[in-house]
Amino acid sequence: MEKEVVLMKGNEAIAHAAIRCGCDGYFGYPITPQSEVIETLAELKPWETTGMQVVQAESELASIYMVYGAAGAGKRAMTSSSSPGIALMQEGITYMAGAEVPGVFVNVQRGGPGLGTIQPSQGDYFQATRGGGNGDYKVIVLAPSSVQEMADFVDLAFELAFKYRNPAMILSDGVIGQMMEKVVLPPFKPRRTDEEVIKECPWASTGKPKNRERVVITSLELKPEIMEQRNLALQEKYRKIQENEVRFEQQQMDDAEYAIVAFGSAARIAEKSVEIAREQGIKVGLFRPITLFPFPEKQIAELSKKVKGILVAEINAGQMVQDVRLAANGAVPVEQFGRLGGIVPDPEEIVEALKKLIK
Amino acid sequence: MDRNQIVQPENIVCKKPTLMNDNNMHYCPGCSHGVVHKLIAEVIEEMGMEDKTVGVSPVGCAVFAYNYIDIDWQEAAHGRAPALATGIKRTWPDRLVFTYQGDGDLACIGTCETIHALNRGENIVIIFVNNAIYGMTGGQMAPTTLIGQKTSTCPYGRDPEIHGYPLKMADIAAQLEGTCYVTRQSVESVASINKAKKALRKAFEASMAGKGSSLVEFVSTCNSGWKLSPAKANEWMKENMFPFYPKGDLKDTTNK
Repeated sequence: MEKEVVLMKGNEAIAHAAIRCGCDGYFGYPITPQSEVIETLAELKPWETTGMQVVQAESELASIYMVYGAAGAGKRAMTSSSSPGIALMQEGITYMAGAEVPGVFVNVQRGGPGLGTIQPSQGDYFQATRGGGNGDYKVIVLAPSSVQEMADFVDLAFELAFKYRNPAMILSDGVIGQMMEKVVLPPFKPRRTDEEVIKECPWASTGKPKNRERVVITSLELKPEIMEQRNLALQEKYRKIQENEVRFEQQQMDDAEYAIVAFGSAARIAEKSVEIAREQGIKVGLFRPITLFPFPEKQIAELSKKVKGILVAEINAGQMVQDVRLAANGAVPVEQFGRLGGIVPDPEEIVEALKKLIK
Repeated sequence: MDRNQIVQPENIVCKKPTLMNDNNMHYCPGCSHGVVHKLIAEVIEEMGMEDKTVGVSPVGCAVFAYNYIDIDWQEAAHGRAPALATGIKRTWPDRLVFTYQGDGDLACIGTCETIHALNRGENIVIIFVNNAIYGMTGGQMAPTTLIGQKTSTCPYGRDPEIHGYPLKMADIAAQLEGTCYVTRQSVESVASINKAKKALRKAFEASMAGKGSSLVEFVSTCNSGWKLSPAKANEWMKENMFPFYPKGDLKDTTNK
């Protein structure tokens, strides 16, 4: 079959990919720079074709709980927003983590804190990888660095979310959401029938037949001895995710004496920085974490034994650098370069920061 | 004559609905919740919807509603039940989906979710137990606390100058285009219970017929929170709650 190559924005790719991967419901609230997701869905009217529901909710809070409801009933449900809206959703995300509800949400990050700016940022790395809400929990975090990955990661996020019964996040930003690129749209995958959902998700609240116990989707447990066991089970699940689901990419690392570690749009910029630096005779490569939880800590630990120094390039005041330093554990100097407030760094600025590290 | 001879089908005048399980209820003696739970269980059974119902329980005294009625449940965060119900009903349109919420949950922290779910005309039923107080947390002022009523956060009585006015959510719901049935009921007497059950059934049936949202308010007692005996709480409710929250249908377009 011929590949369907189209030119579109990252946000539009999310919408097309959602319909194509058998998503049952999208629930969202407009916010710049991601409103094209719900606009594209409204225009495509998937409720007339695949049966996918699209609801413009009254708030981000309502959006995440609509996802909770649908996903708690075994359906593929998702939402998308940008940083301030994702902050509002944190209550629902920790409830989903606690109740083991497999929803998907997309953060097209913008600069903060507070209302901040509508320009791109990677300032929500801590929020995404440390949980963000109350309690000890983790969210699976995928960081796309192209429009193609925006399209590909929607289905992947659903697969991982349902495999582990855990919320999964696509951590993008205003650059990836707004830029247009060629993208090969994923093939159509039909929505699961109700019978398939009931069979595949015996844990879901789909209506209680006589032959099974009632299902209660809840994060509440007042007996501490039971609650500790539930928490330990969650931690065990996170360990499995850490073991099995690390994803990353390396470029020109074979002969590299230095490494730039960057994710998402910063990694796209850093690709160019590597090219410029190599033209100037600096042997540098790029290491790009694709999953931010689970973080590729073993891989970075190995890397730190091979290179003389690591530069972490990110569009924030220094967040992922903490994870890289933990992984490198003092083996080599680890420095950070970032721009803030919606400024996207130039490739040359990153090269300059690299030269400072080398000195 | 021993017990087994007495317990014969022909002698039974009242029985527990099979959907109510044997778990001990955590509700205080005299509380309205238990009766409302029983009505829900009876109506679901009588409609034959046992295997096609999903309930959404709130945060508040009814947080453990899922322990007593033997159907599938989801437990919502405080105030968010109507959003969960929206997500469930939109993706499982043939299921009977209802929320069960108290006044703090529905009329305070979840006002936004409640009004918008009702206004979108989601085919769900919102069951609203209004006892004019926060029971679970120990008797604080609710959005529905009456003027002059004493609670632990308005110990000198609710004063509109300081605390504002009690909120009539059913009146608001009746104004919304998305609602098909809005009613105020109570369960303090056999006559009231019989009426309330009919109202509940009408609401459930309207949601399955795709007629829009229903709000069934139960004006209720909280004798522990009100610091009255169950009998006196009923009297207090009749004297003080019913005049401000008058019973009856506020809106009914289910025949249209």
